[in-house]
Amino acid sequence: MAAPRLIPRSIRRSNNFYLKSRHVLSIVSQARQVTKPAYEGHIPLNWAENAFMAVGSAVMSLLDPRRGDMIAALGETTAGNSLYHLREQMLESPEGRKILRERPRVNTDTVDMEKLSALPEGTFGRAYTNWLERCGVTPDTREPVHYIDDPELAYVIQRYRECHDFYHALCNLPVNVESELALKWFEFVHFGLPMAGLGAVFGPLRLNAEKRERLFREYIPWALRCGSTAKPLITVYWEERWEQNIVDMKQELGIWDPPPAVWSKALKESQKAKEKRQARMPDSASIKS
Amino acid sequence: MYSRALRPLRAVKARSWGPQLTRSYASIPGRPVVDEETTHFGYRDVPKSEKENMVKEVFSSVASKYDVMNDAMSMGVHRLWKDEFVSLLKPGSTRVGKVTRCIDVAGGTGDIALRILDYAREKKADRDLVVDLVDINPEMLKEGQKRFRKTMYHGTPQVAFHVGNAQELGQERFPDSTYDIYTIAFGIRNCTDIPAVLREAHRVLKPGGVFACLEFSKVTQPALASMYESYSFSVIPLLGTIMAGDRASYQYLVESIRRFPSQEDFSRMISDAGFEVGEPEDGGAWRNLWGGISAIHTGVKVA
Repeated sequence: MAAPRLIPRSIRRSNNFYLKSRHVLSIVSQARQVTKPAYEGHIPLNWAENAFMAVGSAVMSLLDPRRGDMIAALGETTAGNSLYHLREQMLESPEGRKILRERPRVNTDTVDMEKLSALPEGTFGRAYTNWLERCGVTPDTREPVHYIDDPELAYVIQRYRECHDFYHALCNLPVNVESELALKWFEFVHFGLPMAGLGAVFGPLRLNAEKRERLFREYIPWALRCGSTAKPLITVYWEERWEQNIVDMKQELGIWDPPPAVWSKALKESQKAKEKRQARMPDSASIKS
Repeated sequence: MYSRALRPLRAVKARSWGPQLTRSYASIPGRPVVDEETTHFGYRDVPKSEKENMVKEVFSSVASKYDVMNDAMSMGVHRLWKDEFVSLLKPGSTRVGKVTRCIDVAGGTGDIALRILDYAREKKADRDLVVDLVDINPEMLKEGQKRFRKTMYHGTPQVAFHVGNAQELGQERFPDSTYDIYTIAFGIRNCTDIPAVLREAHRVLKPGGVFACLEFSKVTQPALASMYESYSFSVIPLLGTIMAGDRASYQYLVESIRRFPSQEDFSRMISDAGFEVGEPEDGGAWRNLWGGISAIHTGVKVA
């Protein structure tokens, strides 16, 4: 990126070191004055702050993987040019263009969970709610985007984050660490996001030897093959395909099942969300059961 | 994402001051329009009555990591400043039985109180000195009590913890002319009404008592000022985001530092409150630390 001439010629030419150093230092501090926020929650960063944030969030994510906000920040600060590539993919397909136009969001307010759980078995919508219940999670725990300057690219990365659960449901993988890592490898090959790569490379360090061995032997070959041949998943308008048969969908997208996973006890997220929903609407809860 | 694979997810505070700050009394139906005076909260203007609460919220949210964050943000330098602050005061007396009464306001986690007690014990062999630690925020006081439990002063009459407002300490618990030393370190810039704090300090001090304030101040040297500015506005909010998951509180911190009066103005405010201060220069009424990044202001209450 070509920087404009920030030091006037009169100062550059002068022999006065003090004058020059003062000017340079004022530029360094002005460089911090970045543009105004482009969307709600936007925190504009200059290149130095971005680098600092990338390193800091990487360290913090490793030290405390429960810090979802740090993992999200790492993804955003290291995204680089990959988001441009994803947006191109979306612009090239009619479905992707529709997503960019309408900018759908995935959370319990926009997705009607009751309607989906009433769908027949074998549909994508039903598979999704089944998976949510089996794992005990909700789509509400995603951190909003802060560090991407272009609002459309911010939407792209938000879409990527929110659709992560759909990939889980489609591939029928639980939320334990090995499955998350398998998906990270898949995402890295498929979307090309540096963060997915970082997660894929450093994540296995947290596994014990046996799980790591299984990951490398079974899951990663699947992820590499499936990820590289699948149709661009960022262009899929999931919200319009709830009724589609899941087997047909997988065939259309070029995805096949990974090796079977170990499912553990459900987490408490979806139970808490259900209780909150029922507390809000006591009448409908009694009808539902 | 890993975050979900390892439950339970710790609630990370991502505070936004937006709704609180843009609330206007006139927009609430039925509420009379109050012509409220505003004050600054960092770079924002807020009604005076709200600032205290907002500051309290900031410190409730930073309390548990306060000491760690101080070390991270100042790279440990705040310890040097606090050591110098207390050495300057020379609290304690070599005369056995003489009770030196100190009050540390906005003392929170007890950095200064502990240093005062240690200085008196180590340098003056004084175990009669008493410190009253006052803070408006109960969470900060709890952190202070937790720290003191690790020291030898726990359970002794040498330290006492009080919840109190520096602007209005209260006649009953803090009567006139009781203290020999009044300290406030990195607290006064958070107070809404600084002259009121100074008046209270003047009230509770004995004649001959010393007022000492350690606070962030203005850096005058231009090269240092630019670097300090970049560091404050770039690094500190990011450190807050990374280490504490809370950008807004640390943004408030750096903005409130910028809003604080300069060394000359503040020393004039101290002298207006009735204290005797030195010459209006570095080394007189105040002493700059690290080029003015922080400064120690002192004053003496004359009879």
